[in-house]
Amino acid sequence: MIYLDHAATTPLRPQAAEAMEPFLRDRFGNTSGSHDVSRRAKNVLEEAREQVAGILGASPSEVIFTGGGTEADNLALKGAALPNRGGVVTVATEHEAVLETGHFLERMGSKVDIIGVDRHGIVDLAQLEKAVGRHTAVVSVMTINNETGTEQPIDRVVETVKRSNPRTLVHTDAVQAFSSLNLSVDELGVDLLSLAAHKFGGPQGVGLLYARSGINLEPVMHGGGQEFGRRSGTHNVAGVAGMAAAMVAAAADRDRFRREVGEARQAFEAKLSDRIERTVPESISAPQHSHLRLGVENETLLVRLDRLGVAASAGSACQSGATTVSHVLSAMGLSKEQARHSMRFTFGWTSTTAEAERAAELVIQALEGRS
Amino acid sequence: MRVLVAMSGGVDSSVAAALMKADGHEVIGATLKMWQGPSGEAPTAGCCTVSDSEDARRVAAQLDIPYYVLDYTEHFRTGVIDRFVSDYRHGRTPNPCVECNRTVKFSRLLEQSAAFGCDLLVTGHYSRVANVDGRHQLLRGKDRNKDQSYVLAMLGQRELARVRFPVGDLEKAQTRELAVGLGLRTAGKPDSQDICFVGKDHYSNFLRKAEPSTVAPGPILDMAGQVLGSHQGVAGFTIGQRRGVGVALGERRYVVEVRPETSTVVVGDRSDLEVEAVRLTEVTWVDFPLTNGESIEVQYRAHGTAVPALWDNGTLLFDAAQIAVAPGQTAALYRGDRVLGSGIIEAA
Repeated sequence: MIYLDHAATTPLRPQAAEAMEPFLRDRFGNTSGSHDVSRRAKNVLEEAREQVAGILGASPSEVIFTGGGTEADNLALKGAALPNRGGVVTVATEHEAVLETGHFLERMGSKVDIIGVDRHGIVDLAQLEKAVGRHTAVVSVMTINNETGTEQPIDRVVETVKRSNPRTLVHTDAVQAFSSLNLSVDELGVDLLSLAAHKFGGPQGVGLLYARSGINLEPVMHGGGQEFGRRSGTHNVAGVAGMAAAMVAAAADRDRFRREVGEARQAFEAKLSDRIERTVPESISAPQHSHLRLGVENETLLVRLDRLGVAASAGSACQSGATTVSHVLSAMGLSKEQARHSMRFTFGWTSTTAEAERAAELVIQALEGRS
Repeated sequence: MRVLVAMSGGVDSSVAAALMKADGHEVIGATLKMWQGPSGEAPTAGCCTVSDSEDARRVAAQLDIPYYVLDYTEHFRTGVIDRFVSDYRHGRTPNPCVECNRTVKFSRLLEQSAAFGCDLLVTGHYSRVANVDGRHQLLRGKDRNKDQSYVLAMLGQRELARVRFPVGDLEKAQTRELAVGLGLRTAGKPDSQDICFVGKDHYSNFLRKAEPSTVAPGPILDMAGQVLGSHQGVAGFTIGQRRGVGVALGERRYVVEVRPETSTVVVGDRSDLEVEAVRLTEVTWVDFPLTNGESIEVQYRAHGTAVPALWDNGTLLFDAAQIAVAPGQTAALYRGDRVLGSGIIEAA
């Protein structure tokens, strides 16, 4: 089996597994408590928070642990918009975690504007500037698109938003970005940033929201007041320990990742060069992302590839597993026909050039119906 | 052989998949996502609900076969739902399960199964395919109470060469026993009865939402043209229907005619429903066309019995007058257990 669906989830890094192990066994403590077992859990949690904050260039009190990327996106948008029913501006190609939260906030009385993109998925900055107004509480633009790999110019987004309204917060869903990009919150200039551990070698079901200090954030989860009152619920200590270890490992591995995983992806595309068309130019795409149009419908190609032992994706799979024309490709102006012929191959920290070349041969077999 | 089994999540297709696997074939399971409501809601009845596809997925896992959900929403809408709505708007009584087989399962899915490298498409229908002297015959299922050859009567040689109905040789009770024996989670699941995109609701409520023009109120007339009452829309009426005519009269009245262009429903007594002959369109043949004057049997309702008739150049002359033959319904043509062909009833 050749796994080329790393944007969906990527294998756990050994450092993460090792870091989690004790908390799945004898170090089971709840972080809220006044005895030794609890204190040990609390210490690990806060150590992890410091590590994670250090990597992002944030202070520990700006890191809120969540149950994943979707929850972090929900907290960012709802947290920022709900207090005064402030406006939300986001982009047509965002992940559902952002778009659906936007729809929810619209039903709750917020003004929600959805900005268009060009044919490569880059946000229309002129439209963005116009949409941001006095009552805009938060703007959300994802760093790397989960489906196409498009990298948004986040620095220019921040500049544009702050020019229109310096008090408007900028959120970025950076869930796909951590493995390949150095995410320093100050360099990016964002106020809110979401991560999900399982996209960079941590466990599933844990993530974080960076929230610049001083931001008034309405909680989404109410309860015992964990995470500075911003995210109640007993801590996933093993998950957080795994996430922190994966972050340390992935950050240290980043230069190699960009070089070697990028090469693997290029080798894959090179072998297929006369049969594919890239959706997004390499210059504005994540190095691990290969979003392509091919000569066979993706539903058929997926089944053939699965038979041949290649795990890929037609985009972002819906819960049922059926492939439908995605909102991302529609927003980029692709026809239904083009969307139906689009495939996503995403490489990750375990990918090798040899494996990528073998995968390309299997893709050729699948295209020719030899499965 | 590599075979694709269309798995609805019911017991029949589950057993069909198990039987193909036991026969040593490389089995791939697939569920077709047929329909979702305007706000993305999943169907609640019939053969394509979310929990059904979950059942299919679990059965596939149990049988250790790969399983896929295929998106057929667009094909289902254009091939089945649009026609369903349009037929009712034109005062006809559609048969969506027949249309689904014609335009979705045994056309697009059959093509797609070949694209997946499959030699056969397998479903859980109660019907049989026999190969006699190199020609394919379509036969009624062994269990006459469950026989589904009516909804497959439009299949021809091209399709029959590439399909299998493994449960067609079984009694339903045997299918369930096999499912129990295999420990399949769908063993005790009740049969689906409803139209998948309509559900437990009356179909007129579906039409009201899908095509408001089918629910324009209008008069109910008797055979002499006298107004007896009014109705809320022609879409609620099928030829031969008695229930819901809503006119208080001494005798029993049946819907005899529906005139959608004037939103008029005509009622009469039982004798007004009698027809001696019907004309067919969209005629298909399992193998060879009939010649004029041949005697056959005709089934003109999914759960009706076959009655004798003569074939005359696209018209069926019933040996004895029939009642409540609704335009839009499929007429399946039989000789004994053998399906000969099909057509859609155009006019009585």
